[in-house]
Amino acid sequence: MNKNLDLFLTFMKIGAFTFGGGYAMIPLIQKEVCENKKWLNEKEISDIVAISESTPGPIAINAATFVGYKTSGFLGACMATIGVVLPSFLIISLISMILTQFQSIRAVRYAFMGIRAAVLALILKALWMMFHQVKKKKQPFSYAIMGLSLVLTAFLKIDAVFVIIGCGLFGLIWSIFNRKEQSNGTD
Amino acid sequence: MALIKLFLAFLKIGAFTFGGGYAMIAMIQAEAERQGWLTQEELVDFVALSESTPGPLAVNMATFVGMRTCGVLGAIIATLGIVLPSFIIILIIAKFFEKYKKSKAVGGIMSGLKPAVVGMIGAAFITVARTVFFPSGVSVSLFSSASFWVFLGLFAVTAAFAFKKVHPIKIILLSAVVGIGAGYGLGL
Repeated sequence: MNKNLDLFLTFMKIGAFTFGGGYAMIPLIQKEVCENKKWLNEKEISDIVAISESTPGPIAINAATFVGYKTSGFLGACMATIGVVLPSFLIISLISMILTQFQSIRAVRYAFMGIRAAVLALILKALWMMFHQVKKKKQPFSYAIMGLSLVLTAFLKIDAVFVIIGCGLFGLIWSIFNRKEQSNGTD
Repeated sequence: MALIKLFLAFLKIGAFTFGGGYAMIAMIQAEAERQGWLTQEELVDFVALSESTPGPLAVNMATFVGMRTCGVLGAIIATLGIVLPSFIIILIIAKFFEKYKKSKAVGGIMSGLKPAVVGMIGAAFITVARTVFFPSGVSVSLFSSASFWVFLGLFAVTAAFAFKKVHPIKIILLSAVVGIGAGYGLGL
């Protein structure tokens, strides 16, 4: 089969069967791309995860673009990315057309009142997991940024773009400063 | 004009979202308020819908908002907007991958971004909590209303399930059933 078409179909399958965001997609990508198709090896897959975490945008898109490019260049990147987006696109388009009619049903309105509480619980869990990742490093600096970004976004309604840029810059400056201190110490 | 606005808004969200879908809620909410795309309740409902359908939250959200505001063309434009930054950045990085991976600057920036993402998810938690528990503002009568306690209880139970790694779809289904029961039972 044509490699680009194969990329498209493989990523369409991955896009259609992953629920719950990017991290749930990684094992599936690993299985398809390493074991079945042998496009990339295990190490390259773990690199992709690391890269996706440190670049903006959804992990699924990042991974699809990366695998597509490594396998078959620019066209491959396009095909894999379109493939991974297409199932979501079609399903959500369909849902948005019928959702408005559903919302007028009383039982559906009640159901969503319950579901909102569950969404809050899911966010709490994500918060807890991300907090633990950061906590491992045990730096007062990290806690300060956490608190600052919370207050700025939740209460002062500062645009998240500025919070992201500011905290990234702060991290960069802090790391340069710290590195100098360390190298001075070892002199 | 509305299409260009839609495209630029999602381009911005795509370019500045780190650390997964939940960190994006705060940004989407701000844009949604500014542009009048969705109410706070609709946004939370949509997060639930997105958890129950395949695909990344960001892409689902873009398609949904695009469809709502400008139809099929809007859905395509918004989705393109959210995908494009990732796509371009990854293409560039794929070429300079080894350098990028070892770059101390990237490491430094990430040491600031990771805790910032935690704070932003915290902000999402606070805004969603307001929608769930205080839909019509905080008042003394709140604590005597049965629905407040029902939803607080439901939140506690679903949180326990979430931490026990029960699948999100099961949690959402359960909470929908409880919501219907409470709605009819309490005559909301």
